[in-house]
Amino acid sequence: MTDHSHARSLWDSRIVRQAAWDSLRKLDPRVQIRNPVMFIVEGGSLLTTIVFVQELLGTAGSRLFTGQVAFWLWFTVIFANFAEAMAEGRGKAQADTLRRTRTETTANRIDAAGREEIVPAATLRQGDLVMVRAGDLIPSDGDIIEGVASVDESAITGESAPVIRESGGDRSAVTGGTRVISDWIKVRVTSDPGHTFLDRMIALVEGAERQKTPNEIALTILLALLTLVFLLVVVTLEPFAWYAGTTIPIPVLIALLVCLIPTTIGALISAIGIAGMDRLVQRNVLAMSGRAVEAAGDVDTLLLDKTGTITLGNRQAHAFIALSGITERELADAAQLASLADETPEGRSIVILAKERYGLRGRELAGTNAVFVPFSAHTRMSGIDLDGRRIRKGAADAMAQYVAAGGGPIPAELQLEVDRIARSGGTPLVVAEPTRVLGVVHLKDIVKGGIRERFARLRAMGIRTVMITGDNPLTAAAIAAEAGVDDYLAQATPEHKMRLIREQQAEGKLVAMTGDGTNDAPALAQSDVGVAMNTGTTAAKEAGNMVDLDSNPTKLIEIVEIGKQLLMTRGALTTFSIANDVAKYFAIVPAMFILAFPQLGVLNIMRLATPESAILSAVIFNALIIIALIPLALRGITYRPLGAAALLRRNMLIYGAGGIVLPFVGIKVIDLLLVAVHLA
Amino acid sequence: MSTQYLAVTFTIVLAVATSVPLGRYIYDVFSGQHTWLDPIFRPIERLVLRASGVDAAVAQDWKRYSASLLLSNVVMWLIGFAILELQGHLPLNPDHIGGMEPTQAFNTISSFVTNTNLQHYAGETSLSYFSQMFVITFLQFVTAATGVAACVAVIRGLAGDRLTALGNFYVDATRAAVRLFLPLALVVGVFLLWQGAPMTFKSALHATTVEGAPQTIARGVVAAEVAIKQLGTNGGGYFNANSAHPFENPTPLTNLVETWAILVIPMAMVWALGDFTRRRTLAVVVFTVMLAIYVPMVAIAVGQEAHGSPAIAAMGVSQTAGSMEGKEVRFGSGLSALWAVSTTVTSNGSVNAAQDSLTPLTGLMAMIGMWLNNIFGGVGVGFLNMMIVIIVTVFIAGMMIGRTPEFLGKKVEGREMKLASLALLWHPLAILIGTAVACAVWTSTAHPDAALGWLHNHGPHGFSEMLYEFSSSAANNGSGFEGLGNNTPFWNISTGLVMLLSRYIPIVAPLALAGSLAAKPAAPETAGSLRADTPTFGFTLWAVIIILGLLMFLPVAVLGPLAEYLALH
Repeated sequence: MTDHSHARSLWDSRIVRQAAWDSLRKLDPRVQIRNPVMFIVEGGSLLTTIVFVQELLGTAGSRLFTGQVAFWLWFTVIFANFAEAMAEGRGKAQADTLRRTRTETTANRIDAAGREEIVPAATLRQGDLVMVRAGDLIPSDGDIIEGVASVDESAITGESAPVIRESGGDRSAVTGGTRVISDWIKVRVTSDPGHTFLDRMIALVEGAERQKTPNEIALTILLALLTLVFLLVVVTLEPFAWYAGTTIPIPVLIALLVCLIPTTIGALISAIGIAGMDRLVQRNVLAMSGRAVEAAGDVDTLLLDKTGTITLGNRQAHAFIALSGITERELADAAQLASLADETPEGRSIVILAKERYGLRGRELAGTNAVFVPFSAHTRMSGIDLDGRRIRKGAADAMAQYVAAGGGPIPAELQLEVDRIARSGGTPLVVAEPTRVLGVVHLKDIVKGGIRERFARLRAMGIRTVMITGDNPLTAAAIAAEAGVDDYLAQATPEHKMRLIREQQAEGKLVAMTGDGTNDAPALAQSDVGVAMNTGTTAAKEAGNMVDLDSNPTKLIEIVEIGKQLLMTRGALTTFSIANDVAKYFAIVPAMFILAFPQLGVLNIMRLATPESAILSAVIFNALIIIALIPLALRGITYRPLGAAALLRRNMLIYGAGGIVLPFVGIKVIDLLLVAVHLA
Repeated sequence: MSTQYLAVTFTIVLAVATSVPLGRYIYDVFSGQHTWLDPIFRPIERLVLRASGVDAAVAQDWKRYSASLLLSNVVMWLIGFAILELQGHLPLNPDHIGGMEPTQAFNTISSFVTNTNLQHYAGETSLSYFSQMFVITFLQFVTAATGVAACVAVIRGLAGDRLTALGNFYVDATRAAVRLFLPLALVVGVFLLWQGAPMTFKSALHATTVEGAPQTIARGVVAAEVAIKQLGTNGGGYFNANSAHPFENPTPLTNLVETWAILVIPMAMVWALGDFTRRRTLAVVVFTVMLAIYVPMVAIAVGQEAHGSPAIAAMGVSQTAGSMEGKEVRFGSGLSALWAVSTTVTSNGSVNAAQDSLTPLTGLMAMIGMWLNNIFGGVGVGFLNMMIVIIVTVFIAGMMIGRTPEFLGKKVEGREMKLASLALLWHPLAILIGTAVACAVWTSTAHPDAALGWLHNHGPHGFSEMLYEFSSSAANNGSGFEGLGNNTPFWNISTGLVMLLSRYIPIVAPLALAGSLAAKPAAPETAGSLRADTPTFGFTLWAVIIILGLLMFLPVAVLGPLAEYLALH
């Protein structure tokens, strides 16, 4: 994954300042209760503080010790809040940028009688008609019903080049807050105030609409279970201590409890979720829900449109194949002439190839008697009439009819060449004059560089790629083989696509796809992860559960990777958190009972100085590890495209085994420091 | 000692080897395949089902299945309680034993209905032959069958794809009783009879010893009871001394067969899982994980007992045969240690030596077996407990590979985690709270030795006695650490309640979980999905079992057996 221009530094000073303030505000128990683990820690901090105050007022007790425990417990709560506030802060910063673009604006509303009136944009309702002229901000989301205009959408996409929007077809949607820079358009509003794309986007990145995802809920249940188990362990220790003829002070019990309950993951769980969404936003992808991001990690099948995702947008001329009796140069010359006025990318690529291969310059035709014959769906060919020559190019069957109608022969060689090109995944374009066929131009789809390796990576992760194309099966098969996809769907219609998705889902697989057209909308809605292109229609954007503001279909792969990374980070920190407990037990349990059972000294395998230093060291380690892991929670753990077994081995080693070993070292070091500065 | 090591190894190898074909047989029986025992036992099964008026064709979802299970257990509880109270007026009572004290009867019937077989009574003096047969032995068959039925239903749920029905409880339980336990118990019972275990309705013998002292020698319908006691992870002995008694376990050969009988069905259930889910490798992985905990525990226990007790050695008693305090000479220290570990990992609870006299770390191994409660475990229920830990492991490991967790292709979500949490939480709750309450009562009573008379030892060993009693009840194990004066209203009622809740929560929660998983579509496995049938997953599962156990029970282990061990050494 590459860095994006929108990426902010992790420790942006404004965000840090705001987060520091927010972490105090979040001490409100009504906020804390949403996170059972941290709620318990806050309760424990309060209780310890009360004991500390009592000890200050009285004479008994070990004030220095209790005071320090209370301090570090509060520290734990505040840093958990800080982690969450940091993650939220990054979203808020993004939202503020968006909000600045949404200035108070007015609209030219067209009433039933066709008259224009100026109204505040905020009063526009779904179904209203507005006129937007060059220089105006588009007042709300809508579909163009008349006109064509170039629109600056940089406010939303960050892309400065204007895009063309026109009525009809798949480019008719406009977004409120973008600016018309030429011409005029008549727009039918499609959103009520407060529900526009921009509004939703701000709410999403701010986290205002954030709800716990299914996996987060399940994880919270597991964490609540562990918290209850440890509450049980700690609460029952007191009667056990009575039996052993001793008592354990409340601050010690609370210290043990806080060390044991999964505070690390408990403190970072919401930061991980928010940061995952934020990573998508930084790549200019808006997920409509956290659920969609999680689903992205689970995707089994990717449906990828051939054009734009697997191949560069357009076919390009690859070779001139002259039939016998005609030189390649003659063919190239004729093909170039026929394409001079052809503004399609294919046409331009013919002109360029002829120039590269044979030095044929594009000729200046102005002033000659050249007549261009544009492509029509009826004739299915285009060409030029120049100095008595009539040159045409088009699909093989159309050209065969044209030559046959002119009385010319159709050489058997032609069909052979046409088939050969089709089989290789190319598109044959036949060039002919009324009575003779000159040859074939081999148009080729250019597969994007590096895409094959990407598909191999996806395969290693267990994800199947299916190429969707309108091409015939022969062409599709050849491109599929070249690009290295697992399967393809040729001559695809929206219905085929839908059927494919349903079939995959019936097998229990999760399907992701991209789409932009209105006819993609049902499939986008049906798929588990539907990424709509921002250039697409409103219907497509409504149907999908993510919008890619860059309209780059290849990004689907990154989205899957971000989803996986999010879950992995959650799993890794959960494992780490639980593994940490082993060392904490070995620090605290001997310390608690050393007076009743002096023989337990051998269990103090870290050789911690005193019972007080042992307990304090464990509590301090527990607090500091949260801070140390905030960057990991926000960035996500390093993602590697490996198979499940390899990933599990790797992460178990780092976060499981590492989680067991690290605290032994950390607690020992803190213990040495505490003793050195005489705090214990 | 080397014969002991050899005998220990041989017993384990024999159990593992025979569990494989038995697992296949269990699968065949419950999936309706033909088996070679069909001609004899099919008609009996049909007869039982027809007599009880069960419609075998009715498929039950998890709710109905659980309801049938609970209902049948309530009925058995009530009838059993009535028999224990009224046995003085019932036939087959040659020794004229009267009705049981109510809290003891509550404890006893709860203990036997839950397959625990914790005994706060001595069989020879508290039960008539009628009660021994129609309460004890009957329940030993039926409750074992209940466990197997629940397990089979859960496995069906795991193996199913968009399934609502898990089977029919009455059919499954009858099949388990008639076609699994009956044939095996017949073979084992006849073997014990041949080796000298009594089987008679005659009253106790009154003999005069060589010294001229009068002696009462209890006997009765022993061989049949001992067979199912061992096979059904029941453990409740005919006599108070259980399988240490020469009538229950007369020879080294019967000791081999009885140890084998403890292990074989819990082991076979794992192989049946492999057949049901069509994943033999999954069964191999789960089995290996269990062995990788069981074998080291046996090794530690056998080693500790062989090493002898330093306290006794200090008195000048030779410890070359190992620690022989409280052990039978015909079994030796090694086979006693093997039994102690096997009977506690499987929630069997029978003993062939005094648990109280085990060296501290062997005592710890016995407790660990009950704390984990999923290493082979009780017939049927052992796998249910293991499945709960598998679900938790799948959840954590699943996230670490970047997918929302799934087991056998089914998504593990909030509902599954809730049910797993409930089952997982209850076990430590029952043990820790139970022991804490006992400690609190003990320490808040003035002169507890005189007033309560519970503990025969103070300090860590006394703590272990209380801890063991609640561990044994919560694990539905039933073995006792002895030493504890447990026939008091406090212990009868508290452990009775713990046994009941610890039986039905860990059965109903997995049934609900299986019902929920069964309804989900099974996604095909790819290179990117977490496969449970791999060594990596097996290792993860092993680590999760150990770490979870450590986190829940390390403090009590330290305060009981470990403190005692460290004081001894």
